[in-house]
Order: sequence, then C-alpha cells, then structure tokens
Amino acid sequence: MPAASRIQLVSALETLWRIRRDDEVVITTMGSAREWMTLGEPHALDLILVPSAMGHGTSIGLGLALAQPGKRVIVCSGDGSLLMNLGSLASIVAANVPNLVVIVFDNGVYEVTGQQPTAGAGVGRPDGRGADFCGIARACGFESVHDFSDATSWANSARAALDAKGPTFVALNVEPVVGGTAPHSPGPTAARAERFMAALRR
Amino acid sequence: MFSGDQIASLLSEVGVTHVITVPDSTIGRWEPAIERSDRIRLVRVCREGEAWQVAAGLYLGGATPLVMIQCTGLFESGDAIRNALHDWKVPVFSIVGYRSYLDQAKLPGDTCLIFTEPILDAWKIDYRLITSPSELHVIRDHFLSSRAAGKAGAVLIAE
Repeated sequence: MPAASRIQLVSALETLWRIRRDDEVVITTMGSAREWMTLGEPHALDLILVPSAMGHGTSIGLGLALAQPGKRVIVCSGDGSLLMNLGSLASIVAANVPNLVVIVFDNGVYEVTGQQPTAGAGVGRPDGRGADFCGIARACGFESVHDFSDATSWANSARAALDAKGPTFVALNVEPVVGGTAPHSPGPTAARAERFMAALRR
Repeated sequence: MFSGDQIASLLSEVGVTHVITVPDSTIGRWEPAIERSDRIRLVRVCREGEAWQVAAGLYLGGATPLVMIQCTGLFESGDAIRNALHDWKVPVFSIVGYRSYLDQAKLPGDTCLIFTEPILDAWKIDYRLITSPSELHVIRDHFLSSRAAGKAGAVLIAE
C-alpha cells in the first residue's frame, strides 16, 4: 500500500543493526545490502547476497532456517525482489519455519536500475493503490504480520516483531534512495561462503 | 522406472537430508516414500528456481540437500542455477525428470528433447542419463563422486 509517511532506508536498517542479536543471521540484498555495508564492520553471521539471483533472498533464507532451526534468520528483501518470487511466501509457510523473518523494504521502485516503478507500485494503476504485501503474506498463511511506515514505530516495535513466533513478515514503507545504485560485492563469494559456514558451526 | 522406496532408500543411504521439489508425473510418485523417511525432509516449493536457492541456503547451513524437478523446471531455473552453482560455488546435486525421452507419443515433437541436455551443458552441470531400471546405481555413484569432488551434478531420469 502506498503510505503517507515513509521511513528512510538507512534509518530502518540502523534499527535492525542496533537490535540484532549476536546469534541471528541477517541476509541482505540489493539496496539493503548496499546500505547495510555502510553501517559498520560486518558481523560473522551477515550474508551479503551480492551477487544474488533475482528475488531469491527469501529462498536462501528458507534453506538456512531449515538447516539452522536454533538460529533466527532475518531476510531483508526489496519489494521488486519479492514480486519476482512471491511464491516463496507460500513455500515458507508450507515449510513451517518459526525462526524465519522476512522484512520487505517497500519503496515502490526498482531503485538500483533508476527508480522505475514496479508492477506492484500504485503509480500507473487505475486506483493508485499498490500491492498489499501484508495482505499477500496473510493470504499465504503468515500469522505474524507487521506493517510500519514511520521510523519511531519501527524502532519501538522491531524487537517484538522479530521475537514473535514465526514465520514472520514485516513490511517497511521506505523512501527510495535518490541515486541508489547496485551494491558492490564485498569480496570473493566462495571465501565469504566458507567464512559464513564456519561462523554457523561455532 | 524406479519406485519411491528405492529412491528414498538410496537418498537416505548417501546422506541426503532434504529433498526440495516441484513434482512431475514420474518423480512426483516418489514423494510419499520420501516423506516416510526418518532421515529426509521433503520441502515443497512453488517454482523450480526457488528449489536451487533453498538448496543453497540448506548447504550453507550445513545440510545435504538435493533438488528434484522436471526438465521444464530446469529451463525456468537459469538465474537461480547461475547464482547458486557458479557465483556461490554451492555443489547442489539434482534429479531431473527427462520428459518425452522414452514416451514420445504423448507429446510428439516435445522440445524438451532438443533443449534438456544442451541446457545442462550450458550451465556446466555434469550429468548422467538413466534410461533403464537397471541403472539405479548410477544415481548413487554420481552423487558420491560429485560430492567428493565438491561439484554440482545431476542425473536425468528418462520418462
């Protein structure tokens, strides 16, 4: 849904960075990965999905949540990415993974390609209303569903939302980042994968 | 070609922990036996591209996943395969149903016969073609050799 107020992407991520527990996996993609990498030293359980496959952060997260039932897995997806893999929401519910949290940063555009509206954005639609991601998540079977459009509400409620029995879906209405480009890879993927797997084994 | 019990037993024996699948009329019949297995969890996804990425997440998390799909799903999986197998070097093994290889009467001129093997070659997936019930051991052998080499592999099950 288009929101009257929106959160700055970096502000939304700063909240997640601040409340994230040491044993929680955080997966970031596209714009969230770009901004996440500016917040500080990477955590051993960060999985910066750069490069990624189109829209598959939620699927990688599902696999990790299944393999690591004792760890909470938090997936940061864009709305454009989620639209490419909406079926993954049904797959997540079918897999019954209480430790998985999907956060969609909904800015209504494909930010890194020049801010073209997504097919889910209200722009150009007859009624001007964007896709209702929380409604889609509920219809797929998510019971823990949260929607935030201002930074204070998100900051105050984020930990409780993450701690709810999942799978959990959180929609954050965020402002597009003007000039936001595709993220740079933080290093060779194979080496990063090995470090990440080693951190999970510790 | 094979029964579900044969496949479930074999996958259990080689240590597969999760089978991620979208069914077809051949491999889909194996699902009940796989679900009965104590050692394997069946994970149903909506589209085949998801399967490769769920498998990648499982592998990164320390599990031993296997993707089980039809060749039509292989065609739609391109970007997910490219990223999981080649960007991230995740050695996912797969069982792929090869539509119309044995039965060409149902869908005469099925283009699956034209594209399946070239697509596997294009994605640099080392595969074995299984055309008879006597070749069950090929799945085991290729799975184990792929795992030992740390590489992706596939078996094509002629349908």
